[in-house]
Amino acid sequence: MRTFAILAVSCWSGFVLMALELLSGRILAPTFGSSIYVWGAVITVFMVALSVGYLLGGRLSLTTPRLPTLAGLHAAAGVLMLPVVAFANPVLDNIFEYTSDPRAGSLIASIILFFLPAVACGMIAPYAVRLLVQDPQAAGFYAGLQYFFSTAFSAAGTLLTSFYFVLIFEVNQILYLLIGSILAVAAICYAISRRSDT
Amino acid sequence: MTPRALAVALLCALLPPLPAAAELKTIHAERSLYRNLFVTEDGDTRCLTFRKANAGARQTCIKKSDPEFLVFPYTRMMMGALYLNPNPARVLVIGLGGGTLPMTLRALLPDAAIDAVEIDPAVVTAARAYFGFKDDEKLKVFTEDGRVFVKKAIKTESKYDLIMLDAFEDDYIPEHLLTREYLEEVKRILTPTGVVAANTFSSSGLYPYESATYAAAFGGFYNLKSSNRVIWAQQGELTPLVTVQQNAKTLEMPFEKRGIKAGFLLTMLSTAQDWPASTRVLTDQYSPSNILNAR
Repeated sequence: MRTFAILAVSCWSGFVLMALELLSGRILAPTFGSSIYVWGAVITVFMVALSVGYLLGGRLSLTTPRLPTLAGLHAAAGVLMLPVVAFANPVLDNIFEYTSDPRAGSLIASIILFFLPAVACGMIAPYAVRLLVQDPQAAGFYAGLQYFFSTAFSAAGTLLTSFYFVLIFEVNQILYLLIGSILAVAAICYAISRRSDT
Repeated sequence: MTPRALAVALLCALLPPLPAAAELKTIHAERSLYRNLFVTEDGDTRCLTFRKANAGARQTCIKKSDPEFLVFPYTRMMMGALYLNPNPARVLVIGLGGGTLPMTLRALLPDAAIDAVEIDPAVVTAARAYFGFKDDEKLKVFTEDGRVFVKKAIKTESKYDLIMLDAFEDDYIPEHLLTREYLEEVKRILTPTGVVAANTFSSSGLYPYESATYAAAFGGFYNLKSSNRVIWAQQGELTPLVTVQQNAKTLEMPFEKRGIKAGFLLTMLSTAQDWPASTRVLTDQYSPSNILNAR
């Protein structure tokens, strides 16, 4: 049950991360266009955020790693996505007032809107590995398992979002679905941690 | 060499060579930031093609012996927007291709200030090198995203009397350039008598969505359907048909040598709504244009 909860969080943070990255291009395009710079800025910010997240998540796993903390990190990723729904337009308008250059503009916008949720998603990976590993001999196996699930679900998040979600839903509706589902998965993970504690 | 390949090679050697006029020559090929780009020549016709030299979508074609002639019907339909407002002082063209539209406008309207916007620097270079595109004092070219250009124009309160939207490829649409919000932004940089001419899709699953979106932003519009579909829309009320016909007469001379015939354009004009009223409008929140276009 515990392993299931850890892997469910891994899967879903991978799914949401790439769905968000794909949507971020659509969110920025009305203001900064869809030139190569905009995609370059988005991908750069996501990669930097992930690398920071890996570092912080690994650090956090050194002191009393617990399943509820993993659930909390996952929920934080969802909560940190709320400003994207609520404030993307005013944030983008203000940045455009400040600079209409698509390179600077899309970098600043990506940092403000997507950096923190992507950091939270990045923190999941090392923290989940730490929770999965009981025996150091099997550390590589569990790391591989975690990467497999989170990356496979990243692929699914990219495909489903670009092929189907955008055809059915509005961007903000998709974001609400992602946030809602994150909170649900986090709640399930938390409930499982409570049950296995007692 | 396998026997089969040998047989094919022999057969090829035996076949008479094709006449030179039918031979498609690639005179320039490059991989730009956004696409594969080819300049091909077939006898007197020179074309700018994206993706593949043979089977790709032809963006622009010119006749080398008569560069003023508009080869594609859609360019004639775009130019016909001058019937609504024959003397625009400031013109904006979004999407350059080989530069046919801006060059034709430059020749027809020597006093007009024309801005052309193209996202791909390689397309600008190819237009200059192979299609006689010349930018000058009155015809300026900007290498950037069309929507960013429009947003900047709103900021600086620039206004245009004629805006041509021609940024779509055959099978790829920059989705942020086909939303109600974008068209409303375009409307904001039009003068009160300003006109929009848009080159769009006529036959794909996108047709009703695109129509509903233009209707949402502009109200009514003149619809011209041939192999492409061109929309003429206006900031204010549509120029009445009587005036359109009168303007067509005044423009007859300069239009004729470019292959634009009033008869071809005016018989196409329609304001009828030929899409379901319930069609979903494309917005910045909902813009799956490429998926819809593939249907």
